[in-house]
Amino acid sequence: MTARVPGAAGSPQTLDMMVNMGPQHPATHGVFRMELAIDGERVVGLIPHIGYLHRGSEKLCEHEIYSQIITLFDRLDYVSNFNNELGLVLAVEKLMEIQVPERASYVRMILCELNRIASHLLFVGTFALDAGAMTPSLYTFRDREMIQALFEATSGARMMHNFFRVGGIKEDVADDFVVRVDRLLGELERGIDEVDGMLSFGEVLLARTKGVGVISGPDAIDWGMSGPCLRASNVPYDVRIDEPYCLYDRVEFGVPVGTQGDSWDRYYTRVVEMRESVKIVRQCLAQLQPGPIMAQLRRIARPPKGEVYAHAENPRGDFGVYIVSDGGERPYRLKVRPPSYCNLMPLRDLVVGSYIADAVVILGSLDIVLGEVDR
Amino acid sequence: MVTWSEVVLTALGLGALFAALMTVVLSLTWLERKLLARIQRRAGPSVVGPHGLLQPVADAIKLLTKEDVRPADAPRFLFWFAPVMVVLPSYMLWVIIPFGDGLLVRAMELGLIYLIALSVLEVVGLLLAGWGSASKYSLLGGFRAAAQLVSYEIPIIIVIIAVAVFVQSLDLRDVVGGHATTIAGRTMSYAGQGGVPLALVMPLGLVVLFIAGLAELGRTPFDIHHAESEVVGGPFVEYSGAHWAVFYLAEYMNTFFIATLTVLLFFGGWSWPSPASVLGDSAPPLAVNALGAAWLMAKVYAVAGVIFWFRGTYPRLRIDQLMAFGWQVLIPLSFANLILVATVLYYGWPTWTLPLISVPLLAVVARVAFRRYADPRKMKTVRMFTRSTRADGETVLAPQAGES
Repeated sequence: MTARVPGAAGSPQTLDMMVNMGPQHPATHGVFRMELAIDGERVVGLIPHIGYLHRGSEKLCEHEIYSQIITLFDRLDYVSNFNNELGLVLAVEKLMEIQVPERASYVRMILCELNRIASHLLFVGTFALDAGAMTPSLYTFRDREMIQALFEATSGARMMHNFFRVGGIKEDVADDFVVRVDRLLGELERGIDEVDGMLSFGEVLLARTKGVGVISGPDAIDWGMSGPCLRASNVPYDVRIDEPYCLYDRVEFGVPVGTQGDSWDRYYTRVVEMRESVKIVRQCLAQLQPGPIMAQLRRIARPPKGEVYAHAENPRGDFGVYIVSDGGERPYRLKVRPPSYCNLMPLRDLVVGSYIADAVVILGSLDIVLGEVDR
Repeated sequence: MVTWSEVVLTALGLGALFAALMTVVLSLTWLERKLLARIQRRAGPSVVGPHGLLQPVADAIKLLTKEDVRPADAPRFLFWFAPVMVVLPSYMLWVIIPFGDGLLVRAMELGLIYLIALSVLEVVGLLLAGWGSASKYSLLGGFRAAAQLVSYEIPIIIVIIAVAVFVQSLDLRDVVGGHATTIAGRTMSYAGQGGVPLALVMPLGLVVLFIAGLAELGRTPFDIHHAESEVVGGPFVEYSGAHWAVFYLAEYMNTFFIATLTVLLFFGGWSWPSPASVLGDSAPPLAVNALGAAWLMAKVYAVAGVIFWFRGTYPRLRIDQLMAFGWQVLIPLSFANLILVATVLYYGWPTWTLPLISVPLLAVVARVAFRRYADPRKMKTVRMFTRSTRADGETVLAPQAGES
């Protein structure tokens, strides 16, 4: 990258400056590292470095029984833990052909959608920070904290829940669960409107994000992007609709799809998605009936020999789990399709040619979680 | 011939000024943190002293006793000299700023020229800090500061010139105190004369000065040169301890300066509403002066509060947008203001024609700028899709009814 001919791009005879952004930089959201080649304020080259958070999760899974793997999945995308757990248990249930009780499915959906809201709230806050606004993050953290309080009441942990089980959920929710969630939804709606009104249509944010980091629909598909990042590029694809899991075919909800594929669309699809998640949770609460929460299973899940791929719509996109089982109580091989990792792939194409400040906004708009990228 | 008594008096005045400035800076940092906390639904400093009032003092002690680290590659002289180069002009500015009638260290008839000259000097210090830190982030920040400060100095200067033209004086005391000016056979009347403050006469100038002032300070939405999420603090990134404290001091002194300049030029300083007329003619001059200074400070803190409020509200512009805004919007506006003022004065039109012309002009420019970025017609880029069943029975996402 430094081998560019001096003065090639119409600039005077200057060499590019290499700037190292990360792994400890306020805008890299964890331990991502970018080597930027810059010409003045323009980025002319980018070398991304990942792997600082590599823990060998997939390999570790081969040595754990399935109920232990759930704890490892909590730590992949560490801001949407329920969704990760769901991906795993869906895969194992698919392989074992287990019918999950309805109540368990509804509770799973409620928790996953709330987790989606929590994750998107975190995104909105950090995205605003990347763009230079410090206030929205404190508002979104207030709302996220309310969600996590509910999670703590339900599963016992704020983040690392270990709550879903193969065949159901760990334990039934508390009696006041429905009332609490309902009250929470009202507060969330208010909070989302507040942040939306404060941030989304401000001239400065629009100037910073409109037309920045544009990726076309076909390109986004080629790179394997998914989730809000893909939908912002005008590709209507949502696992919850196209291949419904849990009981998503019983609820009505909209899926926001952008048309420009720029950072603002990636931001705003998420804002709209939060409101749709609220609608989903409302419907789930209305349909939630008393009943069993676990399928009848032996204590230690032992899937038959074979392989399976199951995927679910995580806040960040299409979260896939591929399991090869040799009939034992531990997977022979387990592979995760991490949406963050795939969404991160086009970073160089998006960033090169823009400004340093844009690089920060674009990276923020992709909303990666390094725990999942590096695994 | 300078006499010894003058030297001693000036030195005493400078010392008193420094003490006053330190107090103001400490109170401003407290005010900023409290205001931001208020905006962000936090408590802010609340442990040290009542309502955290002593927090700035605790911070100062902490910074002054902290180890001062110099990067191994940084040139010693440049690195240690840069903070001085930043804080010295900021301090020297205050020598001629009047806090009341006669409440100033040194009167200067060409005061406004002195202000302009000194306020540009600060950029040298920032560049030195950026270069002398031997850090790429600092360097980027230093160059950003240079580009930004030099660009935004121009609209400020032109607004100051417009005010000087209107008042027919380069002395800040005249701008505030308002001696009767006779132009084209007509007596101008403003703040000090029982008239209205210049803000109502020259709203265009006020807007340009305030916005350019924000950029000059490097405050949100123009905090490009220390942008936390990009260059991690810009020129100051390598500084710690007392030297960082000096930068910090300079920054708040500048904030205070821009707020004071805005109040002095446009809100009638200490003389509006006139303290003498409030207290009555028989009031002792000391009381009149004290009330005037209190009024000035109240207005300055209000303007500073608005600056802090901006910080809690806006994201940050990008460097090219910042430069475009400066050169394409603010500088033409400031020139328009100057020409307007000159025209009105030359033809002897009544003063109210100035706001009559400039307010619609400002509205049009704001409208165009708004349309440029936040056109509601361009906003609807996110459409809603819902589940629907295709002819072949496949479930797909399709645009919701009513969405194109």
